[in-house]
Amino acid sequence: MEPDAGDPQRLIEARHIERVFRMGRTEVRALRGVDLQVQAGELVAIMGASGSGKSTLMNILGCLDQPTRGSYRLEGTQVETQDRDELADIRNRKIGFVFQGFNLLPRTSALENVELPLLYDRSGRRFNSRRVAAEALDRVGLADRMDHDPSELSGGQQQRVAIARALVTGPSLVLADEPTGNLDSVTSLEIMALFQELHAEGVTFLIVTHESEVSRYAERIVELRDGRVTRDAPVQDRGDARDDAAASLDAEWTAVA
Amino acid sequence: MKTSNLIRVAGVSILKNKMRTLLTMLGIIIGVGAVIVMVAIGEGAQSQIEQQIQSLGTNMLIVTPEAASQGGVSMGAQSRPRLTTEDAEVLASEAFLLAHVSPVINSFTQAVGGTGNWRTSVLGVSPDYQQIRDWALGEGVFFDEAAVRSMRRDVVIGSTVAENLFPNGDAVGQRLRLRDVPVTVIGVLEPKGQTAGGNDMDDTILAPYTMVQTRMAGRQFIGQILASTSSPDDLGPAQEEIRQILRDTHGLAPNEPDDFTVRNQGELADAAQGMTQVMTLLLASIASISLLVGGIGIMNIMLVSVTERTREIGLRLAVGARGSDVMVQFLVESVVMSLAGGVFGVALGVAGGQTIAAFTGWNTLVSPATIGLALGFAASVGIFFGFYPARRAARMDPIEALRYE
Repeated sequence: MEPDAGDPQRLIEARHIERVFRMGRTEVRALRGVDLQVQAGELVAIMGASGSGKSTLMNILGCLDQPTRGSYRLEGTQVETQDRDELADIRNRKIGFVFQGFNLLPRTSALENVELPLLYDRSGRRFNSRRVAAEALDRVGLADRMDHDPSELSGGQQQRVAIARALVTGPSLVLADEPTGNLDSVTSLEIMALFQELHAEGVTFLIVTHESEVSRYAERIVELRDGRVTRDAPVQDRGDARDDAAASLDAEWTAVA
Repeated sequence: MKTSNLIRVAGVSILKNKMRTLLTMLGIIIGVGAVIVMVAIGEGAQSQIEQQIQSLGTNMLIVTPEAASQGGVSMGAQSRPRLTTEDAEVLASEAFLLAHVSPVINSFTQAVGGTGNWRTSVLGVSPDYQQIRDWALGEGVFFDEAAVRSMRRDVVIGSTVAENLFPNGDAVGQRLRLRDVPVTVIGVLEPKGQTAGGNDMDDTILAPYTMVQTRMAGRQFIGQILASTSSPDDLGPAQEEIRQILRDTHGLAPNEPDDFTVRNQGELADAAQGMTQVMTLLLASIASISLLVGGIGIMNIMLVSVTERTREIGLRLAVGARGSDVMVQFLVESVVMSLAGGVFGVALGVAGGQTIAAFTGWNTLVSPATIGLALGFAASVGIFFGFYPARRAARMDPIEALRYE
């Protein structure tokens, strides 16, 4: 396959990515030559057991880390040659993060949490960061919870705030690392439903997970094992998280009744 | 990050830990307060001494018979006091730059008259003394040149003497006996207060020097000659002029050292100022040790804060903060904290200075320069002690920081 940086739809172009960690004298080869292409607008699940290298891959794709060897192009930008500050700017402009532990600032309102990435905007654009943040919260259905502290929100609501924070800069790519890992199954389904809705609006998602229930709602599954891609295939019978969430709620009500 | 955002972020995190912030600031508050109080005491003393030196007279020169010391060795032994009233008269008639000249003969005497007796110092001087000391008369007149020439037994008394011997305020025209010499009080001086050494300048009687020398002291040599110039610029040249004239009169060979010393008021002021400056500096440097301790307190808390907020730092880095943004955030935090502590410390210091002044009667002085210096010092303590924790925060690896529990 020839590299075609000119393709406007091509968001991620990773070639032969290797990542080696040195721990004392031993070398740990976390990634052993990963190739991955993602088009803009995809909803991809990256699967793998712990130790498969999926977190390392996510860190590299999220520009938090750089490959030891190989090349990574994000929207045509060669990432591995950028310095620390340039990587920070790329993360700010192009990438939104959603974490397993939500990572919201405590004692800080939902609105201010969502506003955080805008404080580091260096594009020189003029905007009202409060309003942009409020719009992002509205998108995830939390317009009425803006002034609440994280401690006053449920886990699902906290994750929605985190998703609003990831969306607020209008990123090209949202990276979610085990986004449902700390949530119960119904709330997990609701979060996946939110991902599917946002995906329908055109947001590109890369969801790292080890739960196959979660990956069912993606369009495509990339499976990693021992630092290599062992499977890269579209999802056959893709689930609708909204319906499933409703169904499981019904089931719960029936059980209670 | 925009400055307004920076201040907001720093302010928010400072206000979230109110108790901790307050305790951290306490070190700076006490440090700055102590520096302000100490400098206030030092500068108060300094301004008091300056006033006192000013009160000695204006543009004054003092000639004393002691020899100048050379290389730290006094040459006094072979040059005994040889200052005479003639020296004063020669200076008065020959020195170009001198506006006024007066010999001073000091004689400690019992003054009897009025309501009783009073032991005081009688100074034999010339009428010029009044101008040299810039000493106004409260009542009556000062004796004149004619009185000096005729050794008239007229005296002018200081306010302390007047209060003690003539409490009814009717001193002028009264008679006194100084030792066995009957004199007439023709004037009372305005109060002048204490000298820097704590002596009451008003506890004195001024009389024509000729009279004092012949009738009371009986000495040929005199304690000092006071002189003054009309402008402070002339003090230096006048000093040299006096030296030349006196060397001439004393017939000193070129290789002989001076057998007298000429000092001017500026030198006195410099010496006193130098002393109080050393004192102020000493006090301030002792006080600034507590400021240093306060700074270490800030560093300690900032280190704790950085560790505690590792995940926050990781998050900020992940969403696009550069290392410098994080660094500046923590630096601003520590500077805001130390500056706020500085402001409270200034308030504490000013209040403390006034309290001390009220209780001890010392003069304390807080100048704007002191406040500016203290605040600047507090801010630099914040930067200095905030730097290491801030750099530690800025250098964190976002992945590790996000994973931190």
